[in-house]
Amino acid sequence: MSTDAPAADGDAGSEPTMADQIEELREELAEVKAAVGDDQKRMVIISTKGTLDMAYPPLILASTAAAFGWDVTIFHTFWGLDILHKEKTKGLKLSAVGNPSLPMPNLLAAIPGMDSMATRMMKSRIEKNKTATIQELIDVCLESGVELQACQMTQDLMGYGEDDFIDGVTVGVGAATAIDRMADADVQLLV
Amino acid sequence: MGTEYSITETLDVKGESCPMPVVKAKKAFDGLEEGDVLEVLATDPGAFPDFEAWANRVEAVEILEQIERQNGETVYVNVVEKVVVE
Repeated sequence: MSTDAPAADGDAGSEPTMADQIEELREELAEVKAAVGDDQKRMVIISTKGTLDMAYPPLILASTAAAFGWDVTIFHTFWGLDILHKEKTKGLKLSAVGNPSLPMPNLLAAIPGMDSMATRMMKSRIEKNKTATIQELIDVCLESGVELQACQMTQDLMGYGEDDFIDGVTVGVGAATAIDRMADADVQLLV
Repeated sequence: MGTEYSITETLDVKGESCPMPVVKAKKAFDGLEEGDVLEVLATDPGAFPDFEAWANRVEAVEILEQIERQNGETVYVNVVEKVVVE
């Protein structure tokens, strides 16, 4: 950064001329423009939930933002990691308990097998409506350059190893990486 | 609107729902040259506002026409041009 006084290279003691001042302002403007940077839009989503319904919004928004030409990162933590887990991603379930939108009272929802039943109902609707599957959306995201990150700390907490994740996932990153990305992002979301 | 254009490519995303119409349109768009016109056939009722939003955010995308066709089912036709970005 240029902090040189304009007088330094002119005759000492004299007032800076208008031309010098303009030149200095030009340089400062160029620096500011470089710092503010490009028009590249960025989005960061923190994905924390591993139920079927909560796996959708981050992937849908990310794939769409990528279609907008945005630079997109999804940082997966806690149960959000299951979305990227090779095996668990195939078996994401809907939770019947605590979901008043499902057509069953909580007392019944707590009965074993109800989550699976609710999930089967949802999956058959997904198929009937030709809604993209979680696997399709992950593929679209990876193809379109969305960075799918897996949080290291929760990876350890859940007992997941690097090889448990789908190819293309960035493993071994932490909160500082997420904040670094968020600081430069136009849109930041916690799901 | 009565715009005159010739369609370079037609993308059929009938039956597909959000986010696929826009995601697939973008993929098709990447393969086009400037001045080319892409026609997207969708049955997703959200297609018109979503394509407007896409065009609003992506400089190279310009909507030429949005036509609703009744053909047993409602088809939302989005005609977009790949325009030159300064």
